[in-house]
Amino acid sequence: MSDKIFQEKIDAEKKIEPKDWMPEGYRRHLVRQISQHAHSEIIGMQPEGNWITRAPSLRAKMILLAKVQDEAGHGLYLYSACETLGVTRDELIQQLHDGNAKYSSIFNYPALSWADMGAIGWLVDGAAIVNQVSLQRTSYGPYSRGMIKICKEESFHQRQGYEIMAEMAKGTPEQKEMAQDALNRFWWPSIMMFGPQDSDSPRTGNAMKWKIKRQTNDELRQSFIDKTVPQAEVIGLTIPDPELKWNEKRGHYDFGEMDWEEFWNVVNGHGPCNKQRLAHHKRAHDNGKWVRNASQAYAQKQEKILKS
Amino acid sequence: MSNLFTYTIRIADSALILGQRMAEWCSNGPTLEEDIALSNISLDLFGQANGFYEYAAQINGEKSADELAFTRNEREFFNYQLVEQTNGNFGKTIVRNFLYDSFIFLFYTELANSSDERISALAAKSIKEVKYHLRHSKNWLIRLGDGTDESNKKVQDALEELWQYTGELFEMDTIDTELMKKNIAIDVSKLRPKWNEMIDSTLKTAKLNRPEDGYMASGGKKGIHTECLGFLLAEMQFLQRAYPNAKW
Repeated sequence: MSDKIFQEKIDAEKKIEPKDWMPEGYRRHLVRQISQHAHSEIIGMQPEGNWITRAPSLRAKMILLAKVQDEAGHGLYLYSACETLGVTRDELIQQLHDGNAKYSSIFNYPALSWADMGAIGWLVDGAAIVNQVSLQRTSYGPYSRGMIKICKEESFHQRQGYEIMAEMAKGTPEQKEMAQDALNRFWWPSIMMFGPQDSDSPRTGNAMKWKIKRQTNDELRQSFIDKTVPQAEVIGLTIPDPELKWNEKRGHYDFGEMDWEEFWNVVNGHGPCNKQRLAHHKRAHDNGKWVRNASQAYAQKQEKILKS
Repeated sequence: MSNLFTYTIRIADSALILGQRMAEWCSNGPTLEEDIALSNISLDLFGQANGFYEYAAQINGEKSADELAFTRNEREFFNYQLVEQTNGNFGKTIVRNFLYDSFIFLFYTELANSSDERISALAAKSIKEVKYHLRHSKNWLIRLGDGTDESNKKVQDALEELWQYTGELFEMDTIDTELMKKNIAIDVSKLRPKWNEMIDSTLKTAKLNRPEDGYMASGGKKGIHTECLGFLLAEMQFLQRAYPNAKW
């Protein structure tokens, strides 16, 4: 019975709120997806955080720092959205550290030059936006509202990344080379951010029926590619895919085969930075333990004083 | 170099170097909320540095704000040695910042009365930000000092380590005294009693002991630094130095 009412609500485009009845599978799917999204924001701070201290101008430094700070803020919104489903942030972080929760594989690639700050903003945030714009209409209220907030900031990030790329592409030959190299390294991992092809994506079925997901991986990927190819042309950089070609009949770009073996390797922990990213997060968390303990001890003492 | 130029970049340098140290905390904070707070402080400091560098660039006309930040050598930086000290654990960062925030809050409050309009405006703008920084470091110092035995020991150790860098905050030299005659600069030696009061009352609440005044380091204002500044600059200036003709 409740199942039927729930589905009717979804079909009528009504939002599900934390206290509403929901199928256990729906809750589980949301916790997995939202926490994965939250962890991605937090782990995603590392590749860019690694360049803040080396940013080449005061302005660039401030923009990058503000951006990484935004990501921390997005992580907070998302952890909070997840907490409305009855799981605490501590539990979520534990799952991340235990390897039971995933984050976007894109952050397991290293950020090796300043141009990577451009490529990450332009491509990685660009791909994230395509996904997040679609998720603004997701059926779970707190997640949907979080996405609306996040999308506003992400579009700034994408523009800033593109600006770095454009600046470098018209700079010295060395700068242009760095920009092209960054595009070469980040292109394929970026388009694989949308996940496996629809034919190989086991969870898409229910997620679409419950309207957690509003568009399939392949639809989102195509929309990102169609948007990004002309942007690369404008700044004179070449997308590293010889099969990339406008298809008049489809009204979309055709593109080459993605390397799914690499994708699954990285997802399953065998990417260039998997160990490093997780170790960094654990280290920060462990190093902060005495601070969190002290803070708690202090709060307890104050509470006692207030009561007496 | 005019006195006004040197005076201005001294202020900018301390803001920049501490901002750089605070930026190192990004993704390393003890909680996510604190990570955001530390980045906020860093952003304020970069903003302050930028403001003072832009003014310095106008006074001197040789180097832009970015060139001042990214192409000067260690001996040409005039920040206080206190702000270049490494972050260490979170407690050390809090102690360093608290000692500095208490000082710089008093400093900007006075400097807002400078007869130089630009300096006065930059100082006035900075007071608001520094007030928040001080509240942040002070509250954490109290929490850590009066938290657990472990946290109390960590911040007490940091106090003992960093105390030697507080002496030079109140030193005056001829640049200060010359500019004081025109009411541009302030007399930092006069800030000491108020600073002592702020430090003593906070340390008491935090159940920490004020270290003895022993050896006091000096030299930041003359471009003499501790060994850790060189590494900070090498990292910060890498791109500008490696690609001198590039625009970013």
